[in-house]
Amino acid sequence: MVTCLGDMFYPEVGEKIVRLLRALSVVVEFPAGQTCCGLPLFNSGYHTDAAAVARRTVALFKDAEAVVVPSGSCAWMVKHEYPGLMTDPHDRAAAERLAGRTHELSQFLVKKLGRRRFRSAVAGRVTYHDSCHLLRGLHESESPRTLLRGLAGAEFVELPGGDECCGFGGSFSVRLPEVSTAILDKKLANVEATGADCVVACDAGCLMQMRGGLSRRGSRVRALHLAEVLGEPQ
Amino acid sequence: MSEAPPATPLRERAGRALKDTFLQEALTIATTKFIDLRREAFDEFPEGEALRDRARAIKEATLQGLDHYLGLLIDNVERRGGHVHYATTAEEARQIVLDIARSTDARMAVKSKSMATEEIHLNSALEAAGVTPVETDLGEYIIQLAHERPSHIIAPAIHKTKGQVAELFARELKRETVPDPEVLTRIARAELREKFLQADIGISGANFGVAETGTIVLVTNEGNGRMVTSLPRVHVAVMGVEKVIPSMTDLAVFLAILAKSATGQKLSVYTSLVNGPRRGGELEGPEEFHLVLLDNGRIRQIAGPLREALYCLRCGACLNVCPVYRQIGGHAYGYTYPGPIGILLTAMLNGPESVKDLAHASSLCGACADACPVRIDIPKMLIELRRDVGERRIAPWPERVVFGGFGRLLQRPALYRLAARTGRVLQRPFVSRGAIRRLPLFFGDWTRTRDLPPIAARTFQERWADLEREGHR
Repeated sequence: MVTCLGDMFYPEVGEKIVRLLRALSVVVEFPAGQTCCGLPLFNSGYHTDAAAVARRTVALFKDAEAVVVPSGSCAWMVKHEYPGLMTDPHDRAAAERLAGRTHELSQFLVKKLGRRRFRSAVAGRVTYHDSCHLLRGLHESESPRTLLRGLAGAEFVELPGGDECCGFGGSFSVRLPEVSTAILDKKLANVEATGADCVVACDAGCLMQMRGGLSRRGSRVRALHLAEVLGEPQ
Repeated sequence: MSEAPPATPLRERAGRALKDTFLQEALTIATTKFIDLRREAFDEFPEGEALRDRARAIKEATLQGLDHYLGLLIDNVERRGGHVHYATTAEEARQIVLDIARSTDARMAVKSKSMATEEIHLNSALEAAGVTPVETDLGEYIIQLAHERPSHIIAPAIHKTKGQVAELFARELKRETVPDPEVLTRIARAELREKFLQADIGISGANFGVAETGTIVLVTNEGNGRMVTSLPRVHVAVMGVEKVIPSMTDLAVFLAILAKSATGQKLSVYTSLVNGPRRGGELEGPEEFHLVLLDNGRIRQIAGPLREALYCLRCGACLNVCPVYRQIGGHAYGYTYPGPIGILLTAMLNGPESVKDLAHASSLCGACADACPVRIDIPKMLIELRRDVGERRIAPWPERVVFGGFGRLLQRPALYRLAARTGRVLQRPFVSRGAIRRLPLFFGDWTRTRDLPPIAARTFQERWADLEREGHR
C-alpha cells in the first residue's frame, strides 16, 4: 500500500521500498486503483465516507499475503479502525483478515522477515522520531530503532522527547497552524540539539511536517523516511 | 447551557497564549517537571500497570450500578448525621449551597480546591449573596487574588511564574516580597490562618465518596482541606455523582495511582477521610455536614458517547503530556475544564455544540490516553465528537463541502489521478527550488511557517509500470 502522501509527494520512498523488498526476495505487487486509507476522513469525523473508502481498500488487497504500509498512521487505520467501520458482518470479517495481514514497514522487516542489518544509505549521525500512531497506536518503538542501530556506516543517537508529537495531526496542522508550528519548533530544536544529520520517521505525515519546517528554517538536517536510510541488506 | 461560550475564536485565544512569554515559561517548566515525576513514580512501581486496569474496571462496574452505589452512599452519610442534596443542574447546586449558607447565617466561606465548585461558578454566586468566598489552596488563592480562573485541574496557577506571583502579592496584599516560593507560601499561610478562624462555612469538593461507609475523601498537599472540613461550623462537600466508589478496598487502589499520576508523589501529603459532622464526645469537626451530589450532564452520559469520561479522577496527567495544552495553557480552552479531558467534560456539561472547535484542538497523538491512570480513550471520543458535530451539520459548511468532495475523490481512482494531474498544473506558479513556499487561501495556513512538497512529476502509480518491468529483469 503506497498511501496518498507516499504516492503524490514521496514516490521515491515507495520506489526504494519496492527495491528493498525485492532485495530481500519478497515478490512485490501493487494493486491498481489505490487512493488513500481514509484516515483523514475518519479523524475529522466523516465516518460514512471513511467506511466507503475502507471497503474498497479491503477489496483491493483481498488477495495479498501480506500488506506492507510505509506509514504508521495508515497501518493503524487499517489494523485498528477498519473492522469497526464495517456494519456488514462479511465486510467486517474481510476487514479483520486484512488487519491481521497488514504490517508497518519496520515491523515487517524486523518481525516478519527477521532482518536487522543494513548498510546505511546516509553518512553521519541519525536520530529517530516516534510517530504517534506507530508508537501509541501500534505500540511499536523497537523495530525502527533495531534497524537504525544496526546500520553499517551511520551512528544512531536517541532524540530527547522523541516520543512527543511533531504537531502534524492531519487537519490539525491547518486548523490551528500556529499551535502546530509551535509544537514543531520544539521538536526541531530537539532534533538540531542532537547534532544529527538526519531525523528518521516512519510516517509520511510527520515527514511532511518536519521536512517543511526544516527546509523553511534553512536547516542542514534532513528528515528522511526509514526506507531512505536503509541500503543493501547485510 | 450552563457556561457562556468564550467571546473570541479558539485560534485567536491560542495565538494570544503562544505570544505570552510568561505563560510559555511557566508552562514549559511545570509540565516538564510533572511529566518527569510521573514517569519516575511509575518506573519505580511495577504493580502500577495492573492497578490502572483494576481502577478502570472498578469505575466501569460502579457506573453500571451507579443508582445502587449512590443510594448506599446517601444512606450511610445520613446514618452518620450528614445531609445529602441532589442537584440536577449547576443552577440547582448553587442554590443548594446558598440556602445552606443562608440558613446558617454564613458571612465568610473558606474553600479547599474543588473543580466541581468551579464548574458551577459558585464563588460569584456566593459573593452576590453576601458571602465572601476565600480560596485556601495556594494556587487557588493566587488566582482568586488575580481575579482569574484555574488553568489546570490540579495546579490552578500553573500559568504564573513566581515573579508574577510576587508582584501580585505585593500589589494585592501590600506586602514586601521576593520571588521565592517559600517566602510567598509563608505570606499566604499567615493571611489564610485568620480566615480559617473567621469562616462560618467550609466548602470542599470530593475526590471520592465511599459508598459502604459514607466517607468523603479529599486528597490534598497543603493541609488546607483538613482545616476547611473541620474548623468552620458547617462543612459542605460538592461532589460529581461519578465520584462514588463502592468500598475502602477500592479506595486503596485509586490512592495508589492518583498522586503518582498527578504529581509523581507516592501519596499526597494529606488524605482526609471525612465521616460527617462531629459526634458526641468528639473534640473536632463541624456541627453540620452537607453533601451536594452534582449531576450537571453526567447522568445522561452513562448511556452516552462520553461514558468513559466519567471514569476521570481529575489528576491532570493528560494535560501535562498534551502537546496542545503545553503550548496554549488552560485559559485558551475557554471553559472550566481545560486540556484533552476538559474538551470531553465541556461537551458533557455544555453540549457537543460547545466544543465544535475545541474537538479539533488535538493532534490525536494519544499521549493523553497513555498517561491516563484509568486509560480513558480520549482521542477516540474526540473523533466521536467531531463526527457528531459533522453529522448534525454544526460544522462550518465550507469544511463539510471540502470533506464531502475529498470523500468522493477517494472512492474514485480515476478522479483521484485526475486531481493529482490538475494539482501538478495548478502548483506550477508556486514551486521554487523543489518546494512550495507560499500558497493562497487556507493552504496559506500551512505555508506561512512550513514548506510544502510539490506533487511529484510522476506519482508512484505512474512509476509502477517501470518498477514492475524492473522486477522482471
